[in-house]
Amino acid sequence: MAGIVQFENVGLRYGTGAETLSDLSFSLAQGSFYFLTGPSGAGKTSLLKMLYLSQRPSRGSIRLFGEDVVQLRRARLPGFRRRIGVVFQDFRLIPHLSAYDNIALPLRIAGVDERDLVTPVREMLAWVGLADRASARPPTLSGGEQQRVAIARAVIGRPEILVADEPTGNVDPDMAARLLHLFDALNTLGTTIIVATHDIHLLSRVASANVMRLDRGQISDPTGALRYPPVGPNEAYA
Amino acid sequence: MLGASQADRRLLPEGRLAGPMPWVIAIMMFLTALAAAGGLAMGDAAHRLGGDLGRQVTVQIVAADPGVRDREAGAAQRDLAHEDGVESVRRLGADEMQALLRPWLGDAGLDRDLPLPVMIDVDLTAAGRQRLDRIASAVTAVAPHARIDDHASWLAPLVGLIRSLGLLAGGIVAMMIGATAAAVVLAARTALNTHRQTIDVMHMMGSTDVQVARLFQRRIALDALFGAVIGLIGAIAVILGIGRRLGEIGSGLVGSVTLPWTAWVALLALPIFAGLLALGVARVTVQRALASTL
Repeated sequence: MAGIVQFENVGLRYGTGAETLSDLSFSLAQGSFYFLTGPSGAGKTSLLKMLYLSQRPSRGSIRLFGEDVVQLRRARLPGFRRRIGVVFQDFRLIPHLSAYDNIALPLRIAGVDERDLVTPVREMLAWVGLADRASARPPTLSGGEQQRVAIARAVIGRPEILVADEPTGNVDPDMAARLLHLFDALNTLGTTIIVATHDIHLLSRVASANVMRLDRGQISDPTGALRYPPVGPNEAYA
Repeated sequence: MLGASQADRRLLPEGRLAGPMPWVIAIMMFLTALAAAGGLAMGDAAHRLGGDLGRQVTVQIVAADPGVRDREAGAAQRDLAHEDGVESVRRLGADEMQALLRPWLGDAGLDRDLPLPVMIDVDLTAAGRQRLDRIASAVTAVAPHARIDDHASWLAPLVGLIRSLGLLAGGIVAMMIGATAAAVVLAARTALNTHRQTIDVMHMMGSTDVQVARLFQRRIALDALFGAVIGLIGAIAVILGIGRRLGEIGSGLVGSVTLPWTAWVALLALPIFAGLLALGVARVTVQRALASTL
């Protein structure tokens, strides 16, 4: 299976301080499910930021979908970002938009016709249990409801990679199980899933999941899922 | 051209986007329209003074003997009527002469025995203006007491002054356009900072800079258009008021300062120009600001 994500000697330093992440080298297989664990401050969010192209590394090489994204021209970033769904830790919903409009946002940005997005948005609202809250604005939603809207927004565009930062942190266990089931279903359809979490109970909920552990800016590979060295050119992502 | 769909427009909250910018633009549009109206009226006046009045001359027959005066006036009129380049010749009547002198001498000073020169208004064609020296020589040959008063010679400094004022008005308009653009830049930057979170989210969803810029350029252009229309309405009210006052003065020179219809069209187009200017400046400002982000 080709590597959809390839990190090679990646380091990240904010300002002039010590490196937050050091010498990260791994390759994630297309269509796999990964949990990213580690204590607070280990660098999970920083790693995810580089994955969803919100942060360039200080050194090293990152390849997504077979292309080096570190040197990528800025004008090409939107095309890559549309292939990546993101669930932010702080949700980042647009407060003056309804739940419906927040979920529809990626489709509208991608230029989907208004008539064509009604059904998928309604289905997604129903899936996350918010069909009756379509017109509610985020400030009127509970933390768990906001999180579900954020997840629905991240997955509605059927991304090739889904990056989720603590996606179940504000929902009850039942809803957490449902959301993981959604991620698993997306994974079955071919989406590569990377979920950062503190919750070690989640790790056993997805049978096919691999675990990556970050500690003090270094990554370990307890399940042997991170292939290193990265795949060669003739095995590149297609 | 504004570019954002109705759904996209909702990405920014309802209401005015750029704080006091519409009112700043209203004030600037008010001043711009006044300056532009002044400049356009001055330009028109300078053109007409340099054209129509500049082709007028007055022939004065200054002879103490009334017989000589009348004889030379008749000879001058006949000669002028046959000269090439002379459009019209008209001798001022006694009543017109007295009307001219009344402001200075009053009714009591208008003595019938007061020796007044004969005045003949002559309108020249453009070609006649070129051969004024030869016309003057021909007139003085038949009327030795004739003096030729060339209106262009005393109008020239006035026309120069009016043209300078017109250029000054043009300079003020140019500075106002610059100030308007600067106000839009500040408003766009403020709006960007205010809505930074929305922009970040849009970027992470794959939005291009052009898509983000469209949201802001449309709203800022509409805000600018709103302010510009308010400012123009105020300016038109002032222009009409000044026009009425000038009309009441009844002076030929002051009355020559009028606003042609083309100037009115230009003034009415100013808000559209302001809106388009705001659109372009906002687009460039937003795109430049976004270019510095990832």
